[in-house]
Amino acid sequence: MTEYLTLSMLLFSIGAVGVLVRRNAIVVFMCVELMLNATNLAFVSFARQHGNLDGQVAAFFVMVVAAAEVTIGLAIIVSIYRTRRTTSVDEANLLKA
Amino acid sequence: MTAFWILAPVMVLAAIGLIFARKAVHAALCLAVVMICLAMLYAAQGAPFLFAVQIIVYTGAIMMLFLFVLMLVGVETTDSVVETIKGHRAAAAIVGILFALVLTTAIAQSVSAAVVGLGEANANGNVHGLASLLFTEYVLAFEFTAALMIVAVLGAMVLAHRERLVDPPTQAELQARRMRDYAETGKHPGNAPTPGVFARHNAVDTPALLPDGTPLPESVPGTLVSRHQFEVHDAADVTRVVGEISASDIDPDERPVTTEKPDVPESGTDEEDRA
Repeated sequence: MTEYLTLSMLLFSIGAVGVLVRRNAIVVFMCVELMLNATNLAFVSFARQHGNLDGQVAAFFVMVVAAAEVTIGLAIIVSIYRTRRTTSVDEANLLKA
Repeated sequence: MTAFWILAPVMVLAAIGLIFARKAVHAALCLAVVMICLAMLYAAQGAPFLFAVQIIVYTGAIMMLFLFVLMLVGVETTDSVVETIKGHRAAAAIVGILFALVLTTAIAQSVSAAVVGLGEANANGNVHGLASLLFTEYVLAFEFTAALMIVAVLGAMVLAHRERLVDPPTQAELQARRMRDYAETGKHPGNAPTPGVFARHNAVDTPALLPDGTPLPESVPGTLVSRHQFEVHDAADVTRVVGEISASDIDPDERPVTTEKPDVPESGTDEEDRA
């Protein structure tokens, strides 16, 4: 059981470092997906440990929300790319005073 | 457990590849590897429904969406290596390692209870068990996800929609513009030549050759030109290859049929003789 959780934690940390380090907005998004997937693995592992399916239902809901989030996020990236011709997260400073 | 020890190193390596891949497409492939391995781990942990959903929704739909957007915004964009904040990468790595350490100790200290296993919960089948939970205890959350989906669809449509500010140019205006360009800059008013005409290959990355033998970059699609992904074979190359073919000691019977007509009946008789 601990191995699964350790793997999940490792993937989550790698995803977090990726979010901090990468500059391409799409790759940052992929790292967020990796973090969501890591939490899903933890949910499924805990479901097996406790012997009920609530963890799997939670993972299912995470997947649904992730799908919606990716749709919106990628639409935002495309519309930013249309106006700024870049997907670098450092360039999007429209809200700066 | 064997499956875990095979898949876990692959997943960690692919996740690290996601951080270090310079091209976004490579990062997407690394993420796809992680997701497929994760699906197998779900299957190994008594979650066959999530296994299927992971493959269909994540690797099937979400990764394809990522790749579509990568194609839209240009595959050739690579991350710049310049750090905007000094020491930002090192700091991020240290924070990540510390975070991992904290989580490891937390797991090691708290999670020790015996594994119950899903044998009882999956007695009527995993899908049955999930459905009976989803449509009783979690039915409100389920309805909210439906609302979320509709909002997401509308949001994507609103964000990706582009209002046309000016009318599209008509045929007559396009024609007038072409002729004006020709008069002012000498730009050829007709179609761009197709790639590969009189060149050694007819692939799209091979520019056409002009009658004097110089390659014509305008005949190659603009994307390939901006990526410097076209091969130039000039007239000398073509004549060299033609010379090689005609001067080679290839048996005339084995030459391509397009070379010379008189070869055909000969080869036919040869084959009859052999038969």
